[in-house]
This record gives sequence, C-alpha cells and structure tokens, in this order.
Amino acid sequence: MAEVLVLVEHVDGAPKKVTFELLTLARSLGEPSAVFIGNGYDNAKDKLAEYGAQKVYVAGDADAESYLVAPKAEVLAQVVQQAAPAAVLIPSTPEGKEVAARLAVKTESGVLTDAVGVEDGFVAKQSIFGGAINVSSKVSKGTPIITVRPNSTAPEAAPAQPSEEQVAVTLSDAAKKAKVLDRVTEKRGGRPELTEAAIVVSGGRGLGEGSNFALIEKLADSLGAAVGASRAATDAGWYPHTNQVGQTGKTVSPQLYMAIGISGAIQHRAGMQTSKTIVAVNKDPEAPIFELVDFGVVGDLFNVVPQLTDEIDKRK
Amino acid sequence: MNIVVCVKQVPDTWAEKKLSPDDKTVDRESVDGVMNELDEYAVEEALKIKEASGGEVTVLTMGPEKSVETIRKALSMGADKAVHLVDPGLHGSDALATSYALAKALGTIEHDLVILGVESTDARMSVVPAMLAERLGAAQLTFARKVEVGDGTVKIERQTDVGYDVVEAPTPAVVSVVEKINEPRYPSFKGIMAAKKKPLTTLTLADAGIESDKVGLAGSGTEVAEFAPRPPKQAGQIVKDEGDGGVKLAEFLAQQKFI
Ligand SMILES: Cc1cc2nc3c(=O)[nH]c(=O)nc-3n(C[C@H](O)[C@H](O)[C@H](O)COP(=O)(O)OP(=O)(O)OC[C@H]3O[C@@H](n4cnc5c(N)ncnc54)[C@H](O)[C@@H]3O)c2cc1C
Ligand SMILES: Nc1ncnc2c1ncn2[C@@H]1O[C@H](COP(=O)(O)O)[C@@H](O)[C@H]1O
Repeated sequence: MAEVLVLVEHVDGAPKKVTFELLTLARSLGEPSAVFIGNGYDNAKDKLAEYGAQKVYVAGDADAESYLVAPKAEVLAQVVQQAAPAAVLIPSTPEGKEVAARLAVKTESGVLTDAVGVEDGFVAKQSIFGGAINVSSKVSKGTPIITVRPNSTAPEAAPAQPSEEQVAVTLSDAAKKAKVLDRVTEKRGGRPELTEAAIVVSGGRGLGEGSNFALIEKLADSLGAAVGASRAATDAGWYPHTNQVGQTGKTVSPQLYMAIGISGAIQHRAGMQTSKTIVAVNKDPEAPIFELVDFGVVGDLFNVVPQLTDEIDKRK
Repeated sequence: MNIVVCVKQVPDTWAEKKLSPDDKTVDRESVDGVMNELDEYAVEEALKIKEASGGEVTVLTMGPEKSVETIRKALSMGADKAVHLVDPGLHGSDALATSYALAKALGTIEHDLVILGVESTDARMSVVPAMLAERLGAAQLTFARKVEVGDGTVKIERQTDVGYDVVEAPTPAVVSVVEKINEPRYPSFKGIMAAKKKPLTTLTLADAGIESDKVGLAGSGTEVAEFAPRPPKQAGQIVKDEGDGGVKLAEFLAQQKFI
C-alpha cells in the first residue's frame, strides 16, 4: 500500500489531537507515515506509534522555530521527493494551510484545504459558501496535498512499531528570511483550544458587557468546553480576538456548538456551520441562528444559562 | 516604499453564491461583485504606509472584465494606479494557477512590498499569500495584525492561536493582513472623481508572459468532481423559555450524550 504522509502538529514535541485524527484517516487511505519537524521528538514518539504510524520521518534540526512556515515546507518537500507518497495530509490550521500552499508550489501539486473528510482515491469532502454547498474535489496534478479540519475523524489507536528515518536538512536562504523574534502568549485559561475542542460555547453581544462572559466561562467549564465569541464581542473588547469564531476569526467544527446571545450573521456562520450539533439561546425568536439549530431556547440568556449550568453540574 | 496590493472581486457576501453546473466554477456573472472585504484592509494598510513613508501604491487584480468595479474602488480609496490581469484563458484558475499568474504580473511592476488580504470570502483558502511568497522567493509575513516598516525591513505582529508572533524580514516581502489591523476608509467624492483619471493597465496572458497551459481550468491542480446543495437541515426543536429553558436544554444535551 502506498505511503500517506501526515504532518505532525505539535507543541514542544507533544502532538496535538488533530495529528491522531489524521493518522487514523491516513490508515483508511494507505500506509500512514508521520513527518515530525522541530524539537522534542521524544515527546511524540510513543504517541505516533500508538496511533499507527508505520514510519516516522524526523527532522529535528530544521530550525523550524526560528523562521516562519518556509522551513517546514522545505523539509516536507524533501520528504515528498524521497518517499513519493500517494498523498500528504496536513492539519487545516492557519499555519498548516500555509505549509500546504508552499509545498504545492514546490512540488507543482494541487492543494485542497478545509476538507471535512477524505475518501478513496483522495477525494476531499468540503463544505463551501458558508456551508450551503457540499463539494467533492480531487487533485489532478502532482501529489495530492490535502488539509483536513480538526475534528473531522475520530482518532483511534492502532499500535504499531514505526521505523524511524532521520531527515538531514540544510535550509535554503529563501527559507530563512522571515525571522521569528518573539512568540507572545496572550491571556489563556486552562481551557481546550478553540479549533480542537469537542464542545465550544460562544457568547455574543447579547451578553451586554464583558464581565458577563463569566457566565459563558462557567457553562464552558461545566462541559469541559472551549470559549468562543462573536465579532461584536471581540470588537467591544469583551473577549480576546484569538477567541473569535467566524469568517475573520477561527473556523470550528466541534461535536457541539452553543451560541449564546449571538444573532447568527453570515460571517459568524461561516466559522461554525459545519459543527455536528448546534444549540442556541436567544431572546429574539427571529434570530437567524435558529435556522441552524438542533435545539434552541427562545429566552433571556441571563435566566437560561445559569439554570443550564446548575442542571449540568447536578447531573454530573 | 513601492507597494502592490492584490485585490480580488468576489460575489457579495449576502448574495446566494452558486457554482455553475457546466464547468463547476464559481458563478461570477449572475451575482453582484464586491471587493473582497479583507482586501479593503490591505488597501488601507498600503495607503497608511505610503502616507508615512512615501512611494507608490499599485492595485493588482486578476479577474473578469467586471472586476474593474473593484479596481475603481481601490483607486477611489487612494491607490495611485492599477494593473488588471484579464484574459479568457484565466477562467477557472485554482490557487496554484492564480498564484502563478499573479507572480508573473508582479514581475511587471516594481515593488518592495506586496500586501494581500488573509483570505478571500469565496475561496476561503488562505493560501495565495504563502504561495506568492514561495513563487517570488520573497519573505512571507502573513496574518499581520500590525505592520511596521523600517529601512529595508518590515516587522509584523502575526496573529496566532494563542497570541501573536513578532516576525521580521528584509524587503521584498509578501504581507497578508487580518481585519484587526485598521479601519478601512470610505472613498471620498473627490477620491471617486480622481480615480477616473488614474492609470489602469490591462494585461493579457501574453503581456505578462504567462504560459497558457499553467492557468485556467486545464492548468489548475485541482478539480471539483461533484457538488450538491447541502441537504436541508432537519428543522430543529425550538422551545420558549417558560422558566425551565435551561433544564430543557440540559435534557437535550443529556439525550445527545454531551452530559
Ligand atoms: C468583513 C467582516 C468580517 C466579519 N467577521 C466576523 C467573524 O469572524 N465573526 C463574527 O462573529 N462576526 C463577523 N462579522 C460581523 C457580523 O456581521 C456580525 O456583526 C456579528 O457576528 C454580530 O455579533 P453578535 O451576533 O454577537 O451580535 P448581534 O448581531 O447584535 O446579536 C446579538 C444577539 O443577542 C440577542 N440577545 C440580546 N440580549 C439577549 C439576552 N439577554 N438574552 C438572549 N439573547 C439576547 C439578540 O436578540 C441578538 O440576536 C464580520 C463582518 C464583516 C463586515
Ligand atoms: N484573482 C485575484 N486577484 C488579486 N488578488 C487575489 C486574487 N485571488 C486571491 N487574491 C489575494 O489573495 C488573498 C487570499 O486569497 P485566498 O488564498 O483565495 O483565500 C486575497 O485576500 C487577495 O488579496
């Protein structure tokens, strides 16, 4: 069976959940090989084996931390050249998409982004125009490069004993132009990351003021969820921009999305419409968000949300 | 600092967007076009840099004839001149082909900086800026929420999942901007009048030295195999809060095994 490369997304070596999702997906399409770029491989090794990698390409000294995106694309292109894989799967995160973009140019290959599934023959399932149309697309040139949204596949362990191959890299000067001087982490609680979370609870203008986001956080914590916000809420400074969901924020596709005091503007929908289950609380029965919901409550969030949080705590 | 801003005309966000059944490309004829919203921020940032440090701002658009509307808007905002890459052979170009064509067109315009929006609202791929950087061999400074221009260098704050990265590079560089970066200006009446007299160069494939087999549907690296409107979602259950809305919602979540 042909090799399918999976780019490992990791923090100091610890792979993110989406990596296991992609390894699981790759297994249904061919023989999964992981490509690990950067420092901390020791933290990844066992997990990659647990999720079925047959082979791991390790580029430890790629200096991927010091320069933006380009080094990763360069390493990956080198591995593609060497392994001639059937396809390359990359997490559909902002950076993942950029790595895919550069890899596509380097290898003269077609690239498909934001897949929510990949089927036999590397047919990517995408949802476009804010979820209005479902598309099946294929790469017709070079090696299929497909970025896949987090939460598209349920990760399943399938222990393997991967072989390891060290990839020696000499970065080109072109890859070392955009130098990262500093990485700044802004306020962040112990909550799961927005794009990876199985449940997302988002608040909007209906909250009235920033301090009321405490209600959203409490509800989120009762469910182990991530917190999102509409642009109206981030623009008002009630919640950080990094938590904005929508066209100009993050695209999320969780098992459960809860929209609290959010009207459901088209730009907001663009970032959450592929969520599996959607619920909303809004006092306006005409709010467009209700067109999307599986369950909606027409009511004042200041009554409904605290009651909901209590009820969830009671049922634990 | 000479700046090229890449601006795309897209179907209006509020219009119902369609794919044409025959060649499965975005139907751009039947709907109103507008400037890609994020590109307004790119134009604004270019104008701000020019106002602070001089140079010229050129708008670059690839798209059918009617994209001229969008070019005019950018010129009315204050850009100095425009280049419109327009050729029937470009129809159906995907990101790989588009980035190739734009890179070729950029070859005809002197520039230190290329500024783009982070994403187009129709394609929503967010790949063209990185592809352009790769093709031009220029530094990639993308997802900028702040841009600082120095002497032969550019420094940005790159928006990330957890905060931001400070990234610096020598020019020439390709910058893409997020919408937090500025507040795009509205064209003034004076600006609209002035725009009519600003130079607009039209380029065909041949003018830009673009190989015709690398663009259009045939030159693209991807193809749409099938598409269908999303099956209508089953109408959800909507309840009015009679003092027990929270409990009812909890019951639904329990049924669905979320709690
Ligand atoms: C270029 C561009 C990009 C954009 N990108 C994004 C984006 O990425 N993400 C995004 O979210 N938006 C985006 N927008 C903005 C979008 O158009 C909307 O303005 C925004 O989503 C509205 O946020 P909201 O739903 O919180 O506020 P509103 O539309 O004001 O809705 C508030 C809702 O709360 C309800 N409400 C009020 N009080 C209560 C209460 N006590 N109890 C219950 N319900 C209550 C109201 O009935 C109303 O439906 C973008 C716009 C543009 C032009
Ligand atoms: N046809 C085009 N003409 C000019 N600029 C474009 C074109 N297509 C994409 N762009 C630029 O690339 C950015 C990202 O687009 P995309 O990768 O398609 O999401 C846009 O915001 C534009 O600045």
